Amino acid sequence: MLEQLEGSQAIARTVAACRPEVISAYPISPQTHIVEGLSDLVRAGDLAPCEYLMVESEFGAMSACIGASAAGARAYTATASQGLLYMAEALYNASGLGLPIVMTLANRAIGAPINIWNDHSDAMSQRDSGWIQLYAETNQEAADLHVQAFRLAERISLPVMVCMDGFILTHAYEEVDVPSPERVDAYLPPFEPRQVLDPDEPVTIGAMVGPEAFTEVRYLMHAKQLEALDLIPSIAGEFESAFGRRSGGLVRGYRIEDAETVVIALGSVLGTIEEVVDELREQGVRIGALAIKCFRPWPSQEIRAALSDVGRVIVLEKAFAVGAGGIVGQNVRLALGGGARIHDVIGGLGGRPITRRSLRTLLEDVLADRLEPRLLHFLDLDHDVVERELERLRRGGRPGPHAENIVRELGIVAARPH
Amino acid sequence: MAEQPVKHYQVGTFVIGNRLLDPDQRSVQARMERSNTLTSGHRACRGCGEALGARYALDAAMRATGGSVIAANATGCLEVFSTPFPESSWQLPWIHSLFGNAPAVAAGMAAAMKAKGREEVRVVGQAGDGGTVDIGLACLSGMFERNDDVLFICYDNEGYMNTGVQRSGATPPAARTANTKPVGSEPGNAFGQGKSVPLIAMAHEIPYVATATVAELRDLEAKVERAMELRGARYIHAFVPCPLGWGSASEDTIKLARLAKETGLFPVFAAEGGEVTAVSKIRRRTPVVEYLRPQRRFAHLFRPEENREVIDRIQAGADRNIARFGLIDGEGSGDV
Amino acid sequence: MERPFAITLEVGSSLANKTGTWRTERAVYIDRMPPCNDACPAREDVQRWLYEAEEGGAGYERAWRRIVADNPFPAVMGRVCYHPCETACNRGELDQAVGINSVERFLGDVAIEHGWELPAAAADTGKRVLVVGAGPSGLAAAYFLRRHGHAVTIREAGPMSGGMMRFGIPRYRLPREVLEAEVARILDLGVELELDRKVTDVEAAMGEGFDAAFLAVGAQIGKRAYVPAGTAAHVIDAVSMLRGLEAGDEPLLGRRVAVYGGGDTAMDAARTAKRLGAADAVVVYRRTREQMPAHDVELEEAEEEGVMMRWLSTVRRADEGRLVLERMELDETGFPQPTGELEELEADALVLALGQECDLSLVEGVAGIEVDDGVVGVGPNMMTGHAGIFAGGDMVPAERSVTVAIGHGRRAADNVDAWLRGAAAPATPERELAGFETLNTWYYADAPRTRRPRLDAVRRQSNFEEVVQGHDASTALFEARRCLSCGNCFSCDNCYGVCPDNAVVKLGRPGERYEIDYDYCKGCGICVAECPSGAIQMVPEEI
Repeated sequence: MLEQLEGSQAIARTVAACRPEVISAYPISPQTHIVEGLSDLVRAGDLAPCEYLMVESEFGAMSACIGASAAGARAYTATASQGLLYMAEALYNASGLGLPIVMTLANRAIGAPINIWNDHSDAMSQRDSGWIQLYAETNQEAADLHVQAFRLAERISLPVMVCMDGFILTHAYEEVDVPSPERVDAYLPPFEPRQVLDPDEPVTIGAMVGPEAFTEVRYLMHAKQLEALDLIPSIAGEFESAFGRRSGGLVRGYRIEDAETVVIALGSVLGTIEEVVDELREQGVRIGALAIKCFRPWPSQEIRAALSDVGRVIVLEKAFAVGAGGIVGQNVRLALGGGARIHDVIGGLGGRPITRRSLRTLLEDVLADRLEPRLLHFLDLDHDVVERELERLRRGGRPGPHAENIVRELGIVAARPH
Repeated sequence: MAEQPVKHYQVGTFVIGNRLLDPDQRSVQARMERSNTLTSGHRACRGCGEALGARYALDAAMRATGGSVIAANATGCLEVFSTPFPESSWQLPWIHSLFGNAPAVAAGMAAAMKAKGREEVRVVGQAGDGGTVDIGLACLSGMFERNDDVLFICYDNEGYMNTGVQRSGATPPAARTANTKPVGSEPGNAFGQGKSVPLIAMAHEIPYVATATVAELRDLEAKVERAMELRGARYIHAFVPCPLGWGSASEDTIKLARLAKETGLFPVFAAEGGEVTAVSKIRRRTPVVEYLRPQRRFAHLFRPEENREVIDRIQAGADRNIARFGLIDGEGSGDV
Repeated sequence: MERPFAITLEVGSSLANKTGTWRTERAVYIDRMPPCNDACPAREDVQRWLYEAEEGGAGYERAWRRIVADNPFPAVMGRVCYHPCETACNRGELDQAVGINSVERFLGDVAIEHGWELPAAAADTGKRVLVVGAGPSGLAAAYFLRRHGHAVTIREAGPMSGGMMRFGIPRYRLPREVLEAEVARILDLGVELELDRKVTDVEAAMGEGFDAAFLAVGAQIGKRAYVPAGTAAHVIDAVSMLRGLEAGDEPLLGRRVAVYGGGDTAMDAARTAKRLGAADAVVVYRRTREQMPAHDVELEEAEEEGVMMRWLSTVRRADEGRLVLERMELDETGFPQPTGELEELEADALVLALGQECDLSLVEGVAGIEVDDGVVGVGPNMMTGHAGIFAGGDMVPAERSVTVAIGHGRRAADNVDAWLRGAAAPATPERELAGFETLNTWYYADAPRTRRPRLDAVRRQSNFEEVVQGHDASTALFEARRCLSCGNCFSCDNCYGVCPDNAVVKLGRPGERYEIDYDYCKGCGICVAECPSGAIQMVPEEI
């Protein structure tokens, strides 16, 4: 049944339908409405049996989930930004121990400077933590992905992070068909842990492993992630059969059948991209979009297949590796090998809106070959500000060739009108 | 197990077993059927107090619960020496997650058991002093504040022994460690303000807080048993000498624990709901030098000549404990 | 359950890791010689019977059986033994020695009360042994010889058995029914006792078909010293006085009695005099209190009863109703020297208690037997220089006490048996003494000694009731449980408990103790340090 409601409430109710037995969370914007909603449900007895632990930190939150999951309970938490970093050590531990915890990440920028708005720098910072990372484009998909995430996590014994854009999704009121408990029950079997702390069958979990076996343990983790690449589409397929709508999967193409140019992105920005694609298509541009739904594991083959005939790729991402470049872009290069021209464009940092106009300008620049593929581009960068600042810094020091390059690039771009 | 009223049965209840006691009153460690939760083949150093303390405490917990205990363990010596792949020395369900999160992991385990309606399965969290008083303190305090149904045990050997004997918040003043060497004008660890997690725990007014040493098994077992009778957050701080880190003879482990208590340096007491309910009196009062001298970590207090000033300061600390906890009848208020 | 590779392990799998290879020293259980056992002239296994007694109930009979394995006179011992075991007891360094003697008495009395019987004699060997003298040594020898299966005949010169236990020890210290009960038990084993049958020639007596002889003639003759005495002076010797009393002759001593001497017999004589009605009983001794050979307990009890002491005094002359004493002083070597200062002491009688001698006429002229300074020489096996003739008790060179005499009787019996069988003399294995320093006394509960009640002093002066009363069951138990079990495992489980490596195996059944599992023992030594009784030691590993 479609309802008009806030994304966070949709998530809270969907998670509740998944019957987590232990929820452990620490408040951080923009995740707060989700855990507040869950707290209400637990306190009202609408979600039972379930223990809600109001922990002292995100580190504690993830740690309590580790304990709960190892003790055989379905465990859930949610966080964002700094909170994700504060639980970083525990993230690696949860995945290393193979505990099927599900977490909502209300994507938010990482400080300093402190910033509560959306980008993907939190999720990207933990891309190698061993967690599966799924990205939602809409609140409907965010809700649906949580149902799939529990099923996936528990099937494969790995933790899953459902990433949804902070504020843009979490605080947006949209129509959502919240999966009903009955249908979730039919889709999601009860948690049968692979290993569990049980006095009836004691085991030692979390051994110290030295050089003699550590590589093998890591290899097996990698293999398990690759196994998820097969599992995710099938789980999404089963979801579609059960709920009558498509959600999730590894990648989703939009008008890419005959596209020469494809924009790749993750999360809610796909909606804007699709609108611009439609506008350009109307002008006869053979352009499409590709949504990455699953960033970890990296669906290399699926991306290569989707972009086999594409000459130009624009990777629009909401985070980057400072001092190196695009993160998703690097992964796309890995998938495509030589072939296409790939443009790394960084946008939407710290909540800056990615507007249709900016996007369209960007794509027109690309189509007109005005964008240098080997350089990292920043959407809507205020060139005056950075130029002044860089100039000031240049006066104080001795510039080398790398610093000269970035100033020269600014000069080229700044020369054009917006 | 309650404190034994039996006196003069040759050895009273000071020894581990006493054939003259009613079988129900015998210590857990005296029993042939004890759990040996931490079994042979572990790689702890010779004379390890922590290995001993952990078995004492967990065997008692196992007996008190009919073998229904699951444990979370912080990173540290106890974890490393007990679970190097491919061998585990544990005989109960046990998990190691991280250094600083054992209280939270345990809290999660307890929550899981409650949600699953398996509250007969009891949860013990355990860590060394580093994992408790330093890196794990936030999680521990959270566990206390929420009154999670966990017994947390700190095995205090007064330093980061696993990483090569560095100081922790529990390292005593003047002690030599790898990063508080006896050089400079104030040799050894500085005289700080101290950090008593038992008192911090009491400030949370949790149901049960107790200190114990490996020198008094019956006391330790009685405290674990009492803790298992209660629900909610409980804390036991067990003093476990470390021959490696302290530079003491491996056979002196229990002796040093005994001396720590008999000097007043380590007060042994129990508290319920934030109030001290019992204090183990000093039986044979001993000057601190007798405790300090056998430990190489304090050798610089005796060579090249005796550092009376520092020893007096340490003695003053012990005397303060005696007065504060009322460790000797007629001395001090005992108002903690 | 599925166990992910390497991350999750099987419980208890570290048993595969044999940490015993780390060891440079190993812990080994030992049994050291407890000081009480070491000090016991009768070689009682004191510690062992205390261990049994600690249990109370059925443990009492086991304890008593342990005693009579070495000494058939627990009730007598519990009254007259000067208990060197207690002097040696390590607990004396902790608080007070264990009251071993009082527990022994308790057990002895319980045995009499319940009519427990001594172990039966062994099958008849066909050998006959003559025992001369029915005192403690002779009776003990008879008992052990019967247990070896030999036929025994005791020939006693006097009219009653017991020897110096009867004629030398007043009944207020040793009630006669106690003595008789314990003697009767020995005789019940089939010992032939011939009273009023003095052996005057041992070789002749042996010619009556005996294969060996044990001579145990007591020191029943009082030594006389020359004391110038007036014709009306009343001078008697202590042994005669005590013996006369036993035979029903109450000696007439008067109101004021002086006893000359400083041994236990002097104390017995003075205390007896008080009981016979003397208002004043004064012991005159030429040295000081510290030098007095009487045991402290005797002196203390005598003083409590009002016996007075004249130290550093000799009797110069005895006249009717008075004595002339000379004051002595110690020279630099501690020897008393006359000062010439004389003083008078009013005394109706002077009792001489200057030591006793044995009547050794029975061995006169026996080939090989050597007599020196009034005693017969024997080897370590108690045999005299004449093959087949053994001797013990007062008549051989040793301290003269009932317990020593019993010890001789036992040792002689074992050696007679070995000699009769043509076997080597039985050897006792040497054991290292369990000194106080080997103990970890922390573990012993603080438990001061209980005291046997004593008869109210005034009451006991006028009668011969037993002065020292026995324990009741609870106090005897308390006392037994004060034993530290020096040098020997008493199953306290400390080693089993304190091993950080679970490398001590508890065997479990009573008396089975423990074993070290050297597969896992790292050699830390905690079990040794924490063994209360010093029954484990570290031994270097051969590498």
